[in-house]
Amino acid sequence: MTDLMKIHGARERWVSTGGVELCVVELGDAARPTVVLVHGYPDSKEVWSEVATRLADRFHVVLYDVRGMGRSTAPAPLRGGYTLEKLTDDFMAVIDAVSPDRPVHLVGHDWGSVQSWEFVTVKRTEGRIASFTSMSGPSLDHFGHWIKQRMKRPTPRKVGQLLGQGAKSWYVYMLHTPVLPELAWRGPLGKRWPKILERVERVPAGDYPTPSLPSDAAHGAWLYRDNVRARLRRPREDAYAHTPVQLITPLGDAFLSPKLYDQLELWAPRLTRRTLPAKHWVPRTRPDQLTAWIGEFVTANEDLEAGVPAQRTVADGKYADRFGGQLVLVTGAGSGIGRATAFAFAEAGARVIAVDRDAESAARTAEMAQLIGAPTAWAETVDVTDEQAMEKLAEKVAAEYGVLDVLVNNAGIGLSGSFFDTTPEDWKKVLDVNLWGVIHGCRLFGKQMAERGQGGHIVNTASAAAYQPSKALPAYSTSKAAVLMLSECLRAELSDQGIGVSAICPGLVNTNITATARFAGVDAEEEKRRQKKSSRLYGLRNYPPEKVADAILSAVVHDKAVVPVTPEARGAHLMSRFTPRALRAIARMEPPL
Amino acid sequence: MTSAVVRELSAELRGFREVQTLAYACAEAVAAQLKPGVTEREAARMQREWLRERGVRDWFHLPFAWFGDRTAFVNFRIPLQFFPTNRKLEAGMPFILDMAPVHKGFTADIGYSGCLGLNPVHDKLLADLEAHRELILREVRERRTLREIYEDVDRLMVRQGYANRHRAYPFGVIAHKVDRVRERRINPTLFGFGTQSLKGLASDAVHGHRDGWSPLWSPYKFSDHPPRPGLWAVEPHLGFRGTGAKFEEILVVTDSTDPEESAFWLDDDLPHVRRWAEGI
Repeated sequence: MTDLMKIHGARERWVSTGGVELCVVELGDAARPTVVLVHGYPDSKEVWSEVATRLADRFHVVLYDVRGMGRSTAPAPLRGGYTLEKLTDDFMAVIDAVSPDRPVHLVGHDWGSVQSWEFVTVKRTEGRIASFTSMSGPSLDHFGHWIKQRMKRPTPRKVGQLLGQGAKSWYVYMLHTPVLPELAWRGPLGKRWPKILERVERVPAGDYPTPSLPSDAAHGAWLYRDNVRARLRRPREDAYAHTPVQLITPLGDAFLSPKLYDQLELWAPRLTRRTLPAKHWVPRTRPDQLTAWIGEFVTANEDLEAGVPAQRTVADGKYADRFGGQLVLVTGAGSGIGRATAFAFAEAGARVIAVDRDAESAARTAEMAQLIGAPTAWAETVDVTDEQAMEKLAEKVAAEYGVLDVLVNNAGIGLSGSFFDTTPEDWKKVLDVNLWGVIHGCRLFGKQMAERGQGGHIVNTASAAAYQPSKALPAYSTSKAAVLMLSECLRAELSDQGIGVSAICPGLVNTNITATARFAGVDAEEEKRRQKKSSRLYGLRNYPPEKVADAILSAVVHDKAVVPVTPEARGAHLMSRFTPRALRAIARMEPPL
Repeated sequence: MTSAVVRELSAELRGFREVQTLAYACAEAVAAQLKPGVTEREAARMQREWLRERGVRDWFHLPFAWFGDRTAFVNFRIPLQFFPTNRKLEAGMPFILDMAPVHKGFTADIGYSGCLGLNPVHDKLLADLEAHRELILREVRERRTLREIYEDVDRLMVRQGYANRHRAYPFGVIAHKVDRVRERRINPTLFGFGTQSLKGLASDAVHGHRDGWSPLWSPYKFSDHPPRPGLWAVEPHLGFRGTGAKFEEILVVTDSTDPEESAFWLDDDLPHVRRWAEGI
């Protein structure tokens, strides 16, 4: 028995079709919308166990072993038994058995997705499929056209794309050799495969892959041999999807280039794109994210079918494919860079938690975030320097909203004045907010991310002052330099767990940090004057926090380590590497206050 | 100016109020005709023709129309970008109509924000403009310097989470003086501005420069003076991620010692004020 059958309420049934017996498992209430999960190669339906169990409380989840894999019987002879037409017969037989009256929602991974593309583009399934979520498996017909287009007009870029995908497809050529793949799978490769997955693909160890792997893989070689050459040589001209399609692209896929889907809108007019920083086996490595996206897509299409109009603003931000539905927490979100960052994530469709010590401004950020595309947004009033309050926040977030996908430790304060004017209290205050706030955030939320084991990203707002010394900002620069180094160290530590850490070094940005900054060693009146003066100077510079927010999102998407933002921050960053003495000369200058 | 003078002036104020009402009527009439596919140029022409039919011959500035993210002046670098383009209106898009007709020698300068269909962000911006109208009037009555008021408006915008978009106007003005204009037979315009009005503004600027004030209400040092009696066309302009909203109307400033009479909005019966009163 597999782990799937141990789940409460799991039903097993056998469907016979075209001379094979298919093993089908159903989870969840059969009255709910049906979601059919189709596995890939070399897998069996157990590849879906993590996702299926998560979906089962909301949907009627159906999984089956493709012919010759898992517990389903193999066709005889194998040659010619794996054509896409026959696989479509199998699929139709399964859905006729499990959901005879209502269309099903289809989800495919790897070869499961390749088959599913056939299902959603042939005539005979029209009206039987309500939606299709595809991951890591292009339509062979679309792939064939993709190659033809690039061969016909081979510009350097197109040739590059062809060669790139050609290299990624090395295993396809191998699988076309006779007998050898079978021998390898039934011999040493089959034995070592679990370890290879764990090491190279970072698939967590456990009861996957199942013991049937060698025969799954040996039989499945015919998937390639029966279809790839035929379809790539003569791709169908009418392979248009008749259902809405959600395409989930893992960006770190070793076998498929994201470029394959470049003009997919032509074939699938109702296309929703999602991207994910992960490797090929996303059903094992990112089950939470997949469950969320599948659930959302299925529900949206069910509503559409039922005639319920879409309620909320559609998030159409630049990175909506990446952050849609993700959980993002921003500290210092009541103003400046933090608020702009919360808005930018909201525009990309993320769920936003706006944290600030000022309740009113945090609430305002959350309110506006919802107006521009965040499905939900919450405001939390917490002082990042307060260890207990931060711990409570972390507990609350985990219990009520879930584990964060992105954490932005942004809260910070300014402090200017000579070293000898800076009192121990000043030091304590600036380190408490700028450094300890970041430490608490990373410690508490980073730990939750690491424990979940499904990746994530931490962004720490450092400053150009982290590498640009200045006699006017000793305490502030020290705190920010510490943040920069903390980020670098944490990045090294968390890289194994797929969690990225970025340090953002904005530079002179027009926010209210200048108006609230402390100026050590001067009286209140002079401090006020300097706050005003520096605010005006920053206002003249007028670099908007929105641009910093864009840089933060791009840093997360591209997993950048250190990101200087304004031109002066970039310049200083370059100088710190190549002409540090010039930078030190600048550090000796008196600021124009 | 004492209150007697205000009463004496009221005939003149009535003239200004009439043309302001006319301009807002034009904005509402044109806004009602906007539909998907109409371009900014067409909307500007509709305003021009509507007012011309009703006797307007001279302009403080020719009508402007901004659609979509142009309402927030996204990526505006040079003043030429203010002029109407071939941008087409689409469902859900915000728009702003801005016109400054001169009628019988009286000038109005108004701004009308709307959107085609539902746009919750736009509604929010428009609702939040109310606080700015109150803030400006209160601080003008307190005789704070124009530069300080400008900065307070700026702070309120930041607190609300918005960007200050009137900063994009020439000299970054939130307001400018308007005055009576002599009626002529030929009324040429220069870069969209009526030459008569420009002349008035320039002469104010010259006189003001001597006396330490400016007809332009800006964030700069030359606005570091208390409000100057006269008529000010005030135009706070909020921007939020590709959506912009503003109102523009005339604030009357007098030298009365009574706070109520020292400054007041020329007319409270305007579309945006009615909207707030109805609590939409």
